[in-house]
Amino acid sequence: MTSTPRPTERLVVLGAGVMGTGISTLALGHGVSVILVDTDPDQLARAEHGIADGLRLAQLMGRLPADTEPGTLLTTGSAQHVAGASAVIEAVTEDAALKARLLAEVSAAVRPGTLLISNTSSIPIDELADAVARPADLLGTHFMNPPSLIRTVEVVRGARTGDAAMAAVDDLLGALGRERVVVRDSPGFVTSRILHPMINTAARVVQQGTASVEAVDALMQGCLGHPTGPLRTADLIGIDNLVDSLLVLLERTGDESCRPCDLLLDKVRAGTLGRKSGAGFYTYEEDMR
Amino acid sequence: MTAAANTNPGPLGPTDDETVQKELLRFLESRTRTSWLPDTDLFGDGGQSSLFAMELVVHLEKSFGISIRGANLRLENFRTVTVMTAMVRRLQQAAGAQHG
Repeated sequence: MTSTPRPTERLVVLGAGVMGTGISTLALGHGVSVILVDTDPDQLARAEHGIADGLRLAQLMGRLPADTEPGTLLTTGSAQHVAGASAVIEAVTEDAALKARLLAEVSAAVRPGTLLISNTSSIPIDELADAVARPADLLGTHFMNPPSLIRTVEVVRGARTGDAAMAAVDDLLGALGRERVVVRDSPGFVTSRILHPMINTAARVVQQGTASVEAVDALMQGCLGHPTGPLRTADLIGIDNLVDSLLVLLERTGDESCRPCDLLLDKVRAGTLGRKSGAGFYTYEEDMR
Repeated sequence: MTAAANTNPGPLGPTDDETVQKELLRFLESRTRTSWLPDTDLFGDGGQSSLFAMELVVHLEKSFGISIRGANLRLENFRTVTVMTAMVRRLQQAAGAQHG
């Protein structure tokens, strides 16, 4: 009775950074083919390696479904593939203007009713909805890194998100073996609103000389049961992305605990962005970024 | 990855159990700044992360000239130094038998 294609039929991921790569890995590992779009060919080349490594990690951890052939990956610099998409996941830099501009273009190119997802850690979906032709088709997801190892996804329903889009994202996340928790729209939603100021505070504690990086993480892990420690988590998120998100939160909430501390800003200036650049709060083996 | 990759003995060359075990304990200590016993579960309570497991995979492949694929690529094979040593030796011997 409906002619709407399943969202997994022609999944397009925009942006081949850490999250675009991770979301693509998750989809491919679950047998869903992916068209990964990025204007930077070097970024696409890195993503192909990252996806191969990510699939091995997911297999190592027993997180891939048995007897499922991986999907096919197509990488491209051209956004023309967006036109025939059954679902589009935007995962570019955490910059509201950039995301809005891209979503506007995508929204103009796809069929009405095509699920549009912004994977954002902090930007309110209703703010991005102003840019698109059909706000009902747009919603937010916040996958955690690495998406193939973390089962739960935060789903953000904007004020104008329609029921059809909510049903489509359930279908998509079901195919990817994820569980979702739906929350209302707000800067940073739930996870970033709580986690990001906490990481900022952890960095400030180190900056003030109260404790070493290792000691902060050891206490948060050993005493409070945090799975990786806040500073190792910062390295996993990417410190540049963390600072971008903190600024989004600061601008929209006025909460001073979201003002990025000097240690985070110094690391961004020095290019020590975490795991992806080989060093952040910790250093990483070349092959393990 | 072709089977030919398995014939490369890796920077440590042909090895025995003791060499593999010693090298693994050295690597673990340098990466985690903690010393480990051969039979301690690396991924037990308060242990190492899954991303560290992947670091181990890459390190074993590079150091011992093996390729860890398919059914061998399971966390169970990386839980302790003893278990990893056995896997490394098994894969080296299989590669040697195939090509030697």
